[in-house]
Amino acid sequence: MAMIAENISLHLAGFDLLRNINLTIESGQVTAVVGPNGAGKSSLLKVLTGDIKPTDGRVLLNGRNISQWEMREKANLLAILPQHSELNFPFTASEVVGLGRIPHLTGYGKDQEITINALQLVDASYLQRRLYTQMSGGERQRVQLARVLAQIWSPSDLGQQFLVLDEPTSAFDLSHQQMILDIVRQFASRGVGVLMVLHDLNLAAKCADNLVVVNNGVIAAHGSPDKVLSEQLINEVFDVQAVIARHPVTDTPLVIT
Amino acid sequence: MRYFSAPVLVWILALLLPVVAVTSLGVGTIAISSAEILHSFSSAVIGSSGDAQTNSILFDIRLPRILLALLVGAVLASTGAVMQGLFRNPLADPSLIGVSGGASVGASLMIVSAGGFIQAGALTGLSLVAIGAFAGGFIATIVVYRVATSNLGTSVTTMLLAGIAMGALAGALNSLLSYFSDNEMLRQISVWQMGNLSGANWLKVAVMGAVSIWLLMRLPAQAKALNALLLGESEARHLGIDVQSVKRRLILLTALGVGVSVAVAGLVGFVGLVIPHIVRLIIGPDHRWLLPASALAGASLLIVADSIARVVVLPAELPTGILTALIGAPFFVVLLMHQRREI
Repeated sequence: MAMIAENISLHLAGFDLLRNINLTIESGQVTAVVGPNGAGKSSLLKVLTGDIKPTDGRVLLNGRNISQWEMREKANLLAILPQHSELNFPFTASEVVGLGRIPHLTGYGKDQEITINALQLVDASYLQRRLYTQMSGGERQRVQLARVLAQIWSPSDLGQQFLVLDEPTSAFDLSHQQMILDIVRQFASRGVGVLMVLHDLNLAAKCADNLVVVNNGVIAAHGSPDKVLSEQLINEVFDVQAVIARHPVTDTPLVIT
Repeated sequence: MRYFSAPVLVWILALLLPVVAVTSLGVGTIAISSAEILHSFSSAVIGSSGDAQTNSILFDIRLPRILLALLVGAVLASTGAVMQGLFRNPLADPSLIGVSGGASVGASLMIVSAGGFIQAGALTGLSLVAIGAFAGGFIATIVVYRVATSNLGTSVTTMLLAGIAMGALAGALNSLLSYFSDNEMLRQISVWQMGNLSGANWLKVAVMGAVSIWLLMRLPAQAKALNALLLGESEARHLGIDVQSVKRRLILLTALGVGVSVAVAGLVGFVGLVIPHIVRLIIGPDHRWLLPASALAGASLLIVADSIARVVVLPAELPTGILTALIGAPFFVVLLMHQRREI
C-alpha cells in the first residue's frame, strides 16, 4: 500500500503550478522533496494531502481516491505538519498534543499516555504545562510535531499510515534537526510512509531513501540521493555552482557550495 | 499560568448561580426578605395562598425576569465563546456576524412603522418589536453567511468583513429611521438598544427557555471541533473535522440564540465579548470547559447586572445593558493588567 499521485496537474488562476506529476510514497520509506522557492513543493503537498483537488489526475491513499475517504478515517491514516501554525490561543503543550487524538476513540487515559510520550520524543516534556503562546518558535514547532506524531502514534486497522512534514526543520537548532531525522527514521521503520519538504540538501541526503527534485511544477529528478544529487542538476535547478563530496562518516552525498 | 483547574471553576460557577438567582429575588423597588421568599415559595408548593402582593412581585415580575436574565446571559456568553473560536479571534463577538445590527434595524423599523401597534402588540407578550428584531437579526446573518460562502467553503475573513459592512449598513438604516421618528419613537428605539429585561414575562421565558435548552444541548458536541479549529481550518480538516458543516451549524445556532435573546431583551452588549474572554484567561481555551463555564458566568453576570439596574436609581430603573458594561469593563481591565504583569 502506498500514497500515489497519478499524473497530477494543477492550474490555478491561470498558472500551471504542477504538470504531469507521478509520484509514489512507499510505506516504510522516507521521501524528501527539494526544490527552489516557488517550484511547486507546497502545491504538491496540498494536492497529495487532499487540501486542493488537482485539475487533472488523482491521488490514491491505500488504493482509494483521497477525496473518497471518510474524514475521520483519513485522519487516522494521514498526519500533516504545516509549515506555519495559526494557533494563537493559550493552550498548554499537553492540550495541543491532545488535539492530535481527536480522530481517535481510545479514551482519556490512553490519550494522556500518548501525549506524554509524544512530548518526550520531541524533547518537550518540560513544556507540558507551559502555554503555547509563550513558547519560542522552535518550541512551538516541536509541540506541533508531537501533536502530529500523536495522531498516528499507533498503527491503524484501516491501512498503512503516512506522515507529511512541510519544512519541519526550519525553526530548529542543530540538535533538534538531528532529532527530527531520527524520529522520522523511527516512524518509517515502523512502516509509516514519510514525505517531507526540506530545504537543506545535506539533511535530505542523510535521511531520505528517495529524493524528489521539483522545479517549475515538474519533477526534475527522482531517485536515491546518490543517484539524484549531481553538480549538473544543482546548477540547473538552483542555479548554484556546487561540489558533491562524500560525507566522511555516513558516506552520503555532501553538497558543498 | 492558569488560575484554576477548569472543573473547579465550573463547579464554583454552578454553585454560585442559584445563590445569585435566589438573592436577586429579594432585590428591587420593594425589598423582600429571604424569610418572605421562603414563605411564598413553600405556600406555593403546598397550594395555600401567601401574601398576594408579595406573591405577585415574586412570581409575576421577578422570577420570570431573573430566569430571562439567566437564559439570555448564558446564551450570549456561550455563543460569544463559539464566535471567538470560529473566527480564531479572542475579540470576536456575536455582533460580528451581523445579528445585532440586523436586529436593531428590525426593531427600529417596527417601532417607527407600526408605532400605534406597539401597545396593542404588547398584549400578546411577544411584541412586534421582538418579532422584528428576531427577523432582522436572522436575515442579516444569513446574508453575511451567503456573501462569505462560495463553492470553496465559507471564508471567515470575508465573513468578518461582510459583518462589518452589515454593521455599517445597519447603523445607517438605524439613523435614517431615527431621523424620521418622533420623540416617543426615538426614546423607544434608544431604550431598546440599551438592552432591557424589564419587559420579562412567562411567555418570553418559555420561548427563550426552549431555544436556550436546545442550543446549550447542541453546543457541547461541537467543543472538540472548535478546539481543532483554533489550529487553523486545514489542520482541523486533517484531524477529521468536517469544517464546513461545523461552521454552518455553529453560525445557525448562534444566529438563532442571539436572535431570540435580542428579541426578548434588546441589545445587551459586553456579555458575549468579555465573559468568554475572562473565562479563557482563567481556565484556558479548551471549549469542553469554556462553553459551560461561559454559559454559567454569563448567566450570573446578567442576573447581578439586572438586580443592580433595578435598585441603583430608585424608584426608577436603569436599562440592564448599561450595567453589564459598567460592571464588566472595569473587571476586565483589572484582569488584563494582572495578566500583563505576569508575562
